[in-house]
Amino acid sequence: MKIIKVLGSGCAKCIKTAELIEKIANEQGVSVSVYKEASPEAIMSYGVMSTPAVVIDETLVHTGSIPQTSQVKEWLE
Amino acid sequence: MLGIFTDFASWLTYNILGLSPDTKLGDAIHFFVEDVSKIFALLIFMIYVIALMRASLNVETVRDYLARKHRGIGYFMGSSFGAITPFCSCSSIPIFLGFTSAGIPLGITMSFLITSPLINEVAILLLIGLLGWKFTALYILIGMAVGILGGLFLDTIKAERWLQSFAAKALAKGQKNSQELTDTTSEAKKLSLKERHQFAKTESFEIFGRVWKWVIIGVGLGAALHGFVPDGWIQEHLGDGQWWSVPAAVLLGIPLYSNATGVIPVMESLIVNGLPVGTTLAFCMSTVAASFPEFILLKQVMQWKLLAILFALLLIAFTLIGWLFNFFTPFL
Repeated sequence: MKIIKVLGSGCAKCIKTAELIEKIANEQGVSVSVYKEASPEAIMSYGVMSTPAVVIDETLVHTGSIPQTSQVKEWLE
Repeated sequence: MLGIFTDFASWLTYNILGLSPDTKLGDAIHFFVEDVSKIFALLIFMIYVIALMRASLNVETVRDYLARKHRGIGYFMGSSFGAITPFCSCSSIPIFLGFTSAGIPLGITMSFLITSPLINEVAILLLIGLLGWKFTALYILIGMAVGILGGLFLDTIKAERWLQSFAAKALAKGQKNSQELTDTTSEAKKLSLKERHQFAKTESFEIFGRVWKWVIIGVGLGAALHGFVPDGWIQEHLGDGQWWSVPAAVLLGIPLYSNATGVIPVMESLIVNGLPVGTTLAFCMSTVAASFPEFILLKQVMQWKLLAILFALLLIAFTLIGWLFNFFTPFL
């Protein structure tokens, strides 16, 4: 199972990002656990400055925007 | 060039809707149509053009640049970058921490963060379109001055004492490591024209999608003021720039929270209705830059004392700006 963290202070874009990942994971039948990381200290520890950002299994894969559907599909493969 | 929007509004309001230019309603609708069409056209074209030019600029580049800069010029550069770098206001805390952990002094980070909401490309476009070049230049000058002097002041009183402990630790660590960091930073990547176009297109849609409703609300309020506040009321009661009207405007601006896009059309109609420029500026800057939601976010990285100082600093700065402008306007 992939552990996915969406980093962001809880703005609308971060919520949309988390929803998008969950939806695509469902479609592809990939088991994931998505949760939203809002603590500034945790976000800082990944060196992220533009949110929303996505961390999969402790690897930072994306920052600064809601990811494209095609990107999310690649991550989940 | 911008005259076509006046003609369009006249045609729509007077010919198609059949309203008379002499009625309050006709006046208000004309104002609304002219400003909304003008602002929308300016926004879509100009955001695209500006985005093309700054496609390769992002907060990471800015951080690396500022971390290498001498402190003296840092405040000015921090404020300038705050004006031109795009970021969502929900990113301000991660940016604050990113700058801090790169060892950038608190004052320079704050120059960036204070200037950012006050000056951005949308605000500048609106100001040029609605209030003209002179006023725009003045606005930019003052917005940057508030950022630069605010940052300098915070460093002078050693405000980093009042950061939350984890942020203070990150700053101390960053300043120790800053030598290594500057050695490892890479050059900004080069973008092809096609990538720039892609970025600019996304950016135009994104920004327009976010601000169009603010424009409608802002211009709507402006139109209501324009058509329905009795002529001369503002002029008569506040037109002399009475000293108390400036702090009153600043206080009134605090609970009102809007971005620059929404407040500038209101600004236009306040000035047209005879509110002195200084009072108007004070009100609008306070609405945009001093807001409770923003300060509640900053609480995560700052102690109450620093928050209170920052808040007071902004309020005093806006009041002084208002007074100065009201005092000097007759001589301009």
